[in-house]
Amino acid sequence: MTDVLAGPALAGSAAAPRLALRGVSKRFGATQALDDVSLELRAGEVHALVGENGAGKSTLVKILAGVYQPDSGTVHLDGRSVEITSPGLARNLGIAVVHQEPRLFPDLTVAENVFLGHTPTGRLGSVDWGAMRRATVDRLRELDVRLDPGAQVRGLSMADQQLIEIVKALTLDARVLILDEPTASLSVHEVDRLFAIVRRLRDRGVAVLFVSHRLDEVFDLCDRATVFRDGRLVATEATAELTTADLIRHMVGRAVELFPRGEHPVGDVVLEVEDLSRAGVFDGITFSVRAGEIVGLAGLVGAGRTEVARVLFGIDRPDRGVIRIGGAPVEFGSPAAAMRGGIAYVPEDRHQDGLVLDFPIAANVSLPILSRLFRGWFLRPATERALADEYARELQVRMRGVDQLVAALSGGNQQKVVLAKWLATKPRVLILDEPTRGIDIGAKVEVHRIVSELAASGLAIILISSDLPEVLAMSDRILVLHEGRLTAEIARAEATEERVMYAATGQDRGGALPLAGSAHG
Amino acid sequence: MAEPAVLERPTGWAGRVITLAARQRELTLAGLIVVLAALVALQAPQLLSSSNLAQVTAQASIIGIAAVGQTLVILTRNVDLSVESTIGLVAFVVAEVLAQRMLEPAAAIAFGVGLGLVLGVANGVLVALLNVPSIVATLGTLSIYRGIDFLLAGGKQVTLTDLPPGYTDAARATVVGIPLFFLVAVAIIAAFAVILRQTTFGRQLYAVGSNPEAAAILGIRSRLIVFVAFALCGMLAGVAGVLWGIEFGTINATAATGVVLQVVAACVVGGVNIFGGSGTVVGAGLGALFLGFISNALILLRLSQFWLQAIYGIVILVAVSIDALVTRRLARSTTVRRSFVGAAAAGRARR
Amino acid sequence: MTAAVARLARWEILLGLVLLALLGVGQAMSAVFLTPRNVANLTAALIEVAIMALPLALIVIAGEIDLSVESMVGLACALLGFLWAAGVPLEAGIPIVLVVGALGGLLNGVLVTGFGLPSLVVTIGTLALFRGLALVVLGPQGVSGFPDAFTTFGFGTVPGTPIPWPALVFLPLAVILGVVLHATWIGRQIYAVGKNASAARFSGVRVLRLKLALFVLSGTIAALAGVILTARFASARADVGQGMTLTVVTVVLLGGVNIFGGRGTIPGVVLAALTLAVLGNVLRLGNVSAEIQSIAIGALLVVSVVIPNLAHQVQALYRRVRGGRHLPAGAVGTG
Repeated sequence: MTDVLAGPALAGSAAAPRLALRGVSKRFGATQALDDVSLELRAGEVHALVGENGAGKSTLVKILAGVYQPDSGTVHLDGRSVEITSPGLARNLGIAVVHQEPRLFPDLTVAENVFLGHTPTGRLGSVDWGAMRRATVDRLRELDVRLDPGAQVRGLSMADQQLIEIVKALTLDARVLILDEPTASLSVHEVDRLFAIVRRLRDRGVAVLFVSHRLDEVFDLCDRATVFRDGRLVATEATAELTTADLIRHMVGRAVELFPRGEHPVGDVVLEVEDLSRAGVFDGITFSVRAGEIVGLAGLVGAGRTEVARVLFGIDRPDRGVIRIGGAPVEFGSPAAAMRGGIAYVPEDRHQDGLVLDFPIAANVSLPILSRLFRGWFLRPATERALADEYARELQVRMRGVDQLVAALSGGNQQKVVLAKWLATKPRVLILDEPTRGIDIGAKVEVHRIVSELAASGLAIILISSDLPEVLAMSDRILVLHEGRLTAEIARAEATEERVMYAATGQDRGGALPLAGSAHG
Repeated sequence: MAEPAVLERPTGWAGRVITLAARQRELTLAGLIVVLAALVALQAPQLLSSSNLAQVTAQASIIGIAAVGQTLVILTRNVDLSVESTIGLVAFVVAEVLAQRMLEPAAAIAFGVGLGLVLGVANGVLVALLNVPSIVATLGTLSIYRGIDFLLAGGKQVTLTDLPPGYTDAARATVVGIPLFFLVAVAIIAAFAVILRQTTFGRQLYAVGSNPEAAAILGIRSRLIVFVAFALCGMLAGVAGVLWGIEFGTINATAATGVVLQVVAACVVGGVNIFGGSGTVVGAGLGALFLGFISNALILLRLSQFWLQAIYGIVILVAVSIDALVTRRLARSTTVRRSFVGAAAAGRARR
Repeated sequence: MTAAVARLARWEILLGLVLLALLGVGQAMSAVFLTPRNVANLTAALIEVAIMALPLALIVIAGEIDLSVESMVGLACALLGFLWAAGVPLEAGIPIVLVVGALGGLLNGVLVTGFGLPSLVVTIGTLALFRGLALVVLGPQGVSGFPDAFTTFGFGTVPGTPIPWPALVFLPLAVILGVVLHATWIGRQIYAVGKNASAARFSGVRVLRLKLALFVLSGTIAALAGVILTARFASARADVGQGMTLTVVTVVLLGGVNIFGGRGTIPGVVLAALTLAVLGNVLRLGNVSAEIQSIAIGALLVVSVVIPNLAHQVQALYRRVRGGRHLPAGAVGTG
């Protein structure tokens, strides 16, 4: 075990940056995830990587971790050009990635998780548990972490599991440490501990790339910050010369074609939510949606938006609070019950939760209403086809026919099938969770048109989206969630990307009105 | 709050108790065996007679050795239902070659173990190479191996008198007062305990069962590991088959029918997690001993032997339920600790 | 679904051809092969297995498995014998046995859906438990002396036809379950659960309730099979049905039901049951004993999974060669 301090790899050279990306691009289908990105990471700096959801941060991380290969451009480590073709190679090159979700072995001990893949062996090649334990104790002590190396990982907190990932990186003498939203699941105290450790590593010459949504942390911890937008690098500046306002200005301001949506009248309140809470997920959520109204639910990934939707749709149970539909309080124990209550939910993950890919279009459309459609139990294929055909035509699904397998459709058309399926239930409230994620621009505009028309026909719509321009263009009102609490309610006329982003990142700023609900907990 | 000692694990008391119980599964089970034996001995002192103990340990040893192999397979999130047919086939083939005087006892034993290995390799090929789910593959070979047994035996049986004189004496042989079978089982359990704990292969076996995706990222060759686990399981079933032949002397084609339930029960009661990645061969061995004493207790207390099968079933169901609850509880304690932002992923995991 | 239908159709056509070939071989081996009497024997031999395969097919299509059915047959048989010996008339005894079957299925279902345990392990546990209970109920003795009407039902045929009485249980059951699976929305939900349980749940399908119901059905039908077996043997023993699970699972998988759920048809399963029955008969004509026939059954089981797997792998390999995605990394089975 070489000491982390003394490893020759850590003797940074002043000339070449520790890690450099030159003109890196990566494309997934219709999406340009990274577009000609050039970025330098110096030894002994903590470099922040910020940007909206989908700006290309995670693609960059995955390229450095050896999960993806860039379409074009080069990566240089200490001045040498490298091709990171596998996660194992990334490790050997000294690039360690700590993911938001640690990838550990829950049944094995802390020490073994640290060393698996390069386990110290003694005579006859037997595992040297003593050495493993001692080395782990040393590393843990260096970082001032109190963890029993012999403890089983299952049952440890996320924070501890992340620290194990960091310790693992240390034993590999990592020269580059990438932290992918490491604070996402940590408490304030745990964040402080993590930062102390990251600073210590920085002082030893490790180059740290810190991906985060939390702007205060960027200023607290990082020396420089790079902002991504739409797969492009917008700016790299020293944090000392930056303000929060600068960062947010860089992050927002995307030019996007959108379906123009005019003002229109709204009707009575359909859905009311009061003080809705679920422990550890969201707290004290209060809002209402009227017929014909589109309410945008903005916030960063994990702010609790999908979790609110899951409770509204009867998948999870709330700990506290009331849901009323048309004035009457309801309690949903299952999606089936929520459906009967008039709620429809277009889930975030189309393939996993939205569709049975191996079913034809018609069978997907009829799935939620089978028992209603076929009261005599027997399927009537003609009825089913006619129904699916009606909705598919209305939503202009491009298909050979309703007997076509959903798997054979494009993403945009698949999403229209999901919409068709839920419209067939004749809901009063439609919850859309990231309805345009991963579909091409044309289909996106179409989905916007459909949603707009649905609202005009009197449906109450909740639009969850990480796509800020989309939320701004589509919503009559925008609710912003930050860490499970409503931090702002912004009327259409007053909504700007900056205001939403301030509220979403938990920055105090005049104009984003604090809500009553946020007083809880 | 007092400053915790250095390296103290910062979890709640509930977590500590659960972890302790889970870690001390072997000790708990050993305690349980002693208590059970003591209670029964109060009613039936002959339990502690050397002849009775020899009989209990002989049968528990056979099941225990097979359970060691089954443990290897279960650790990788698979199962081998064919072990009982392997035991039966090996027992018959060894007895037959001895009865025909085709091989010397030592060579016949080696042949039996080798045959077990071959049968295990066949399972490994089906599961690891041809991607047949282990339940289907080994349900198939359960019947194929038994069929081969019938094919060879053709309705006849090898009896004690056909075997070389003295061959079956090993069943009641002792070394410094300890039954030979028991020593063999202890040696095998010790050897595999060391392999699982001290070799890279052993640790990779746990890794593959504990988190297959993470294992793949580390470049662990899961297919190879699964294959070797099945091969070794077959080999150990071969050993168990040889001992079975010595223990019972008279062997026909139906030998060891239904034994797989005891083997699986020994594993799960011994703390081998059916979801893979956790458990020890010592636990599986103790599980076999525990089941052996239960069986013996029924006899000694003149209770109906017919409860035995039902008890195996209940033991499997209870042990698996407990394991699932403990696993879920520990997983939840991780989840609840997360603050808001991690909840999206947590929600996904709950699904 | 056209592609899936085409694939299944191919599988069933293949199976049909195998069946025809076996019939040809049988006819060549013995002139009496296709006589009504032999056909009756042929169907009777596998009738209980065929009956049990029907609900199991639904369970496997829904993505679960039930290995405990053979022990439920034993328990039903033992219980019926015990009740008869205790003086309970069959009119009461048979309903009681069926209720016990339903309760056994309920136990499986609750452990799987309520506790979230894997059905494989749960039903290995109840495989032991039900057999144990059978032994506890009846012990080693056999019970016979059942009324003539009952035993005639077991091995007699419908007067004037070669159709064995138990076939009159199997045929309606096959038709009913076939219709439920292929022509009602319940069947549609079963496929949806097997193909994508999460999407089914998000679409308001009561996944757990559906699975629970299928396990109860499986337990009840297994008990019914136990009753039929008792009638056919004209005696009740606790060890009846041992090893049946293998044949039942083989029929289901040979019938084209995908072990991972979501695919399969009742006609396919019926065809597979017939194929296996004819194969057994042909082997018997060739003087192959029942025990050794298990080699053929086991091999069929494995092969019926290996062939589609290999086809799939070849397909994946072909796609990869053409520059598609990587093969899944893990070789770890689902066991």
